[in-house]
Amino acid sequence: MKIIILGAGQVGSSVAATLASEANDITIVDKEGQRVRELQDKLDVRVVVGHASHPDVLMRAGAEDADMILAVTNSDETNMVACQIAYTLFHTPTKIARVRARAYLNQPTLFAQEALPIDVLISPEQVVTDYITRIIELPGALQVLDFANGRVRLVAVRALHGGPLVGNQLKALKEHMPGIQTRVAAIYRRGKAIMPTGDTVIEVDDEVFFIAARKNIRAVIAEMRRIDRPVKRIIIAGGGNIGRRLARSLEDSHQVKIIDHNLSHAKEISADLKRTIVLHGDAADANLLLEENIENTDVFCAMTNDDEANILSAMLAKRLGAKKVMAIINRGEYVDLVQSDLIDIAISPQQVTIGSLLAHVRRGDVAMVHSLRRGAAEAIEAVAHGDQSSSKVVGRAIDQIKLPDGTTIGAVVRGDDVLIAHGKLVIQPEDHVILFVVDKKRIREVEQLFQVGLGFF
Amino acid sequence: MQFKAILRIIGLLLMVFSTTMLPPIAVSLIFEDDNFWPFFDAFILLLFAGLLLWLPNRNSRKEMRLRDGFIVVAMFWLVLGLAGATPLFLSNQHEMSLTDAVFESMSGLTTTGATVIIGLDSLPQSILYYRQQMQWLGGMGIIVLAVAIMPMLGIGGMQLYKAETPGPMKDNKLTPRITETAKALWYIYLGLTIACAVAYWAAGMSWFDAIGHSFATVAIGGFSTHDASMGFFNSTTIEAVAMVFMLLAGVNFSLHFLAWRSFSLRPYQQDEEFRTYLKILFLVAVTTCTYLYVTHTFATAPEAIQRGLFQVISMGTTTGFTTAQYDTWPGFLPVLLLMLSFVGGCAGSTGGGMKVIRVLLLFKQGMREVIRIIHPNAQVPVRIGDKPLNERVMESIWGFFSLYIASFSVMALLLAASGLDLVTAFSAVAACMNNLGPGLGDVAANYAGINDLAKWVLCFAMLLGRLEIFTILVLLTPAFWRN
Repeated sequence: MKIIILGAGQVGSSVAATLASEANDITIVDKEGQRVRELQDKLDVRVVVGHASHPDVLMRAGAEDADMILAVTNSDETNMVACQIAYTLFHTPTKIARVRARAYLNQPTLFAQEALPIDVLISPEQVVTDYITRIIELPGALQVLDFANGRVRLVAVRALHGGPLVGNQLKALKEHMPGIQTRVAAIYRRGKAIMPTGDTVIEVDDEVFFIAARKNIRAVIAEMRRIDRPVKRIIIAGGGNIGRRLARSLEDSHQVKIIDHNLSHAKEISADLKRTIVLHGDAADANLLLEENIENTDVFCAMTNDDEANILSAMLAKRLGAKKVMAIINRGEYVDLVQSDLIDIAISPQQVTIGSLLAHVRRGDVAMVHSLRRGAAEAIEAVAHGDQSSSKVVGRAIDQIKLPDGTTIGAVVRGDDVLIAHGKLVIQPEDHVILFVVDKKRIREVEQLFQVGLGFF
Repeated sequence: MQFKAILRIIGLLLMVFSTTMLPPIAVSLIFEDDNFWPFFDAFILLLFAGLLLWLPNRNSRKEMRLRDGFIVVAMFWLVLGLAGATPLFLSNQHEMSLTDAVFESMSGLTTTGATVIIGLDSLPQSILYYRQQMQWLGGMGIIVLAVAIMPMLGIGGMQLYKAETPGPMKDNKLTPRITETAKALWYIYLGLTIACAVAYWAAGMSWFDAIGHSFATVAIGGFSTHDASMGFFNSTTIEAVAMVFMLLAGVNFSLHFLAWRSFSLRPYQQDEEFRTYLKILFLVAVTTCTYLYVTHTFATAPEAIQRGLFQVISMGTTTGFTTAQYDTWPGFLPVLLLMLSFVGGCAGSTGGGMKVIRVLLLFKQGMREVIRIIHPNAQVPVRIGDKPLNERVMESIWGFFSLYIASFSVMALLLAASGLDLVTAFSAVAACMNNLGPGLGDVAANYAGINDLAKWVLCFAMLLGRLEIFTILVLLTPAFWRN
């Protein structure tokens, strides 16, 4: 696929890295030559220096035969205009833009085809905020990923002492919980993936990915570990884009405090948020944290845009007694350094966001992609089309489908029904099939599985 | 330094290179020239040498760093220079010393076109073909070819590509992916070569000569299958074909690519380097032809124009074909032509020399200083086309220029010290460093008569010129090897 990425910031460059490794033709446009040249040295991409929305710059970037344009500069206006130009001058088929300002997003008619022709609007901050909110609302989960508009969830939990299933075979799950259907999609033991079978024994410290209907998630988590008390008290460090959104989405149901070191920033937030307590100060200041009862805090979220500050303040909060700490960490290298023993949950915004973009890059009808384990694995929601003769999946029982190695089908969503996968389940047309792929190199084969043969058209 | 990964790649490339012995083997069989075994032996030898390097290291797939890229490129040219010499050294038909074989091979691969062989016309066809083929492989760059056909060089490929491609601005990719860029370049190269071969054949050459000379022309090499070079054919049509294709091959291949993709000549018109390239050649050609006519070197005006024009294009693009004994031309002409080869072809072409764009920018930089003297407070950007140039590029061009001149002087003095006269020494270094071929004095026709030390120095000069100095010199600095 020929893809033009506008803006070589955090989102742009991480998307470029992921897509370039999948043999796409990537061109990156940015105003700052130095930044893109560094990218070109690292990745197999072409770079163009210039203003992202100028037609001549887009032309140089090869907009005439591009399949997709991805506008992620830090200016909403540039992104919107670039998509408009790509549509009017170059007839680019898919146009994705990052638009952050609520003022624009509140007017959906703006983004109609005859106004601002943007096919997909993304707001990385909102995606990240939703992601964190889901984790906070589901104590014990490391990751919570939605499929089929939230009807099905893929959840990662760490198995701990005290979970009824720990030390038992997976097939015991059914006896433990009659009436609740779930499927374990993958288990990571000491960083290595194991393909689960009925005989697999869950060990302490395993990272278990399971799929279940939304209402059953809590019950399944309770099998893997003692369930934590619901979260009440939350401290957020950093009142930036994400911190503020997070506070807004949590303040009605939780006690939220937010710390920001910039006084005018803090005043602005306090005007904006009604129930949140806004504190002006340094999130890594132990006295401030103690004064605010850090030892009774259920979750401490370090959400500034500075990795080091996030890591240090989260570690400090943990030391001072916060029950669970999370930190936003942009650099992949840091995640390996701190996760599990020092910081409970490290959140990589790029990885959270990239899934929503990958869904548009994947061939075949893919409704949702979640990138997992630093991009090594993927969970995909693919839609089955065609009939028995034109499709490799429709009309076949799951047992009969030739899945690539390391791939499991976790669930099938048929209309409003969630069917947890088992060998005899027959896939019907328009089913949403949720797959877990342990090795990203196999994605190509999965795509091919869901592409409809020529006969369909 | 990832030595294992480097050895693995070199082993692989060597194995690929060994297959280039197969066409000469075929030629030998077709013409029954009794020179089958040297090529066959070389094929087996190189294949096993490559295998020997590759097998123990085949699992070292570490990502290459910047430094490894330099080593791979430099090592590769060095190793191939030696590997390419094997069949020449092994051949009984024409006894060659090791020095001569390496010189000939290096001169072929770097598209210099300087030869130590006298009596080309009586050589077996397979050797003649092989010499031409080496030039063709070296022209577009072996690494570029390797990047095109071996996807495993993917990411590290850009480092290698940069270390081999001529010109000051190496970041411009034609297509987003490096392998596609390399492929596009080779398609154009192949297309030009086929067109050139057909044109030669239509102009009256035999197929053997036509293919051989098309290799040497499009690669801007200058090897010929005859002692008298292009003069052998004594045909205006053939010379015209040669001139057209030398001119085309001296142009930046990205322009060919853009023109081919957009089906228009606009990319050529808009390119300042291309316009300068034509202007320089035109100016020198007018001067040369007029001077030749005025001094009655040739009897008639058409002959003066024919000989003068051909020689200017041949020397200006650094090809090195000859149709006349230009070294005996009167007055300043031989030196002018040799100096023209310093300018050379455009960046991203197969031509040698310092490249038109560098000379153009150096000139503009000079003019800027003049303007600054007149207007001390003026902000004067150096522009190329309409765009102001990054100061960093300008700095690197100055660095390149100073090193080029310094290396030139040192090697010329070395040659003089080894016993060559000054004209021969200076012209030989210039001709080899610019990848031109024929020099003046004792090396005007061939390099057979000079001593071995001089030949080795010249081998180094050719490599230095082909890889544009930095790639080789960086390996000679202690800082590079310090961990």
